[in-house]
Amino acid sequence: MKLTKSFNRSLWAFHFNSGSCNGCEIEIVAAITPRYDPERFGIKLVGSPKHADILLVTGPVVKKMRDRLERVYQQMPDPKVVMCVGACGTSGGPFYDSYNLDGPVDDVIPVDVYVQGCPPRPEAIIHGVVVAQQKLERLEGEKA
Amino acid sequence: MSDDPQKKMTPYTVPIGPTHPALKEPVMFTFQMNGEQILKADFAPGQTHRGIEWMGMRRNPVQIVHLTDRICGICGVSHSLAFARAMEQIMEIEVPERADYVRTIIAEFERIQSHLLWAGVAAHELGFDTLLHLTWRVREQAMDTIELLTGNRVNYGIIQVGGVRRDFTPDQFPAIEETLQYYSDLKSKLLKIFLEDKTIQMRCRDCGVLSYDDALKLCTVGPTARASGLNMDVRVDYPFAAYGDLAIEPILPDAYMGETRGDVFDRIVVRLLEVDQSVDIIRQCLDRMPAGEVIAEPKLAKLLNQFKKAHGEALGRHEAPRGEVLHYVRMDGKEHPTSWKVKASSYSNLMSWIPMLEGEQIADIPIIVASIDPCLSCTDRVAVVRSGERGIMTKEELHRLSVEKTRRLSA
Ligand code: SF4
Repeated sequence: MKLTKSFNRSLWAFHFNSGSCNGCEIEIVAAITPRYDPERFGIKLVGSPKHADILLVTGPVVKKMRDRLERVYQQMPDPKVVMCVGACGTSGGPFYDSYNLDGPVDDVIPVDVYVQGCPPRPEAIIHGVVVAQQKLERLEGEKA
Repeated sequence: MSDDPQKKMTPYTVPIGPTHPALKEPVMFTFQMNGEQILKADFAPGQTHRGIEWMGMRRNPVQIVHLTDRICGICGVSHSLAFARAMEQIMEIEVPERADYVRTIIAEFERIQSHLLWAGVAAHELGFDTLLHLTWRVREQAMDTIELLTGNRVNYGIIQVGGVRRDFTPDQFPAIEETLQYYSDLKSKLLKIFLEDKTIQMRCRDCGVLSYDDALKLCTVGPTARASGLNMDVRVDYPFAAYGDLAIEPILPDAYMGETRGDVFDRIVVRLLEVDQSVDIIRQCLDRMPAGEVIAEPKLAKLLNQFKKAHGEALGRHEAPRGEVLHYVRMDGKEHPTSWKVKASSYSNLMSWIPMLEGEQIADIPIIVASIDPCLSCTDRVAVVRSGERGIMTKEELHRLSVEKTRRLSA
């Protein structure tokens, strides 16, 4: 097996709300604030998808958000990893039978990492980011 | 300035949104601008409509309770409580007294975490990120206690029609007491950081003013209304759960500041003082909490059967951290409601944005919009249409404008 090139820069994430209940949002923010402080490792939220390596998607993708999610995904540079945070983005969760969904997320864009929970704990979100980083390293290695 | 009259296109329009990554109801704003000044503001909510009421009318009330938790992840108990109260009135269920106290205590812990969350977001909007991290750090204490008591940090799932799903155990009380002490000790520090800081005063005093009359006319609720001097609080006006037994006074800014100006600063004052008020309410609850059952009907199958016999309609109300939530439910002898209507507190407060925003500067948009606590902390993208050219302003740039204004003022 070819050795992977390490992912040798800080990991930046962009967060996209596709119609979530806000539960996952506040857990994502809780995950980046001092108790966990992932900024020590260079992980932080950025305000533009063009700067991001990871896309954190929350929410079940309501109809109005579908086009915006696709556009945000296309704006991200390669290599990129999509992380779906929460049950409702994975499967519709509590909103599974709604008439206004275009989701779940993997019906709209390819998803690499699923983080379960409604909402997942901050620890789970951070673990998801670590798994996502491994995938980024592999992608980087394949490129070389 | 060019002489070409075509190019002097003032006022020009600034649309903001509609994707707001941190808002539960992404909103599309349109501002008519004259230079830096907002002439007219307009907005279109409803971008993340999930059809919750429609889904609810196809589920039974035990399932709906978990759906109501997920109307808003921050108000994890408010909607469920309002819904359960509506159901209990229709079915004439007597909620055990201990359950009322458990509900009240959880609701007040929720207020503490929600107001601290808001204070952090407000600090972030001003460019004061240190304070964002500080408030979110101290908020974790409330989250830990909520998790200890309900089993979940967010969307607690503690409410059931007829009571609560979990009782407190004796070993949990020391932890509650410790948390209350923690916030009591913190009170003066938080008040000092937020209210005596020169920058916060300069950015928030007389900014985004909502007059008493406007607040009344626009049916504003919760801390936003109280900050404009409206003496209203569902917990006092229409007591429910255990609130009727407790001594509660609505918090008004003039009690602390000596005057009511109805600006962003007053909204900070009200929310910070309410954190302390919640601590006091929980203390009163702990003193009076009776022993006994916590649920009227523990057997779910029986409860579901009762739903099939229920006829009638009722309103359930609760003072959520952001103001009154109201649930209307109608049962017609079926397992699921024939009608269910939710009025969330932010819904009542959104209209107050318009008088607050008009006449203010573009750099004040983030803090004014956040000041009614719709959790709007991110304005994703702004397209400035000027002289027919289209430039895109990201949320970062808007945030930068806000930070620069803070710097300018403190320089
Ligand atoms: S997964 Fe659950 S908590 Fe997260 S946004 Fe969806 S409904 Fe809310």
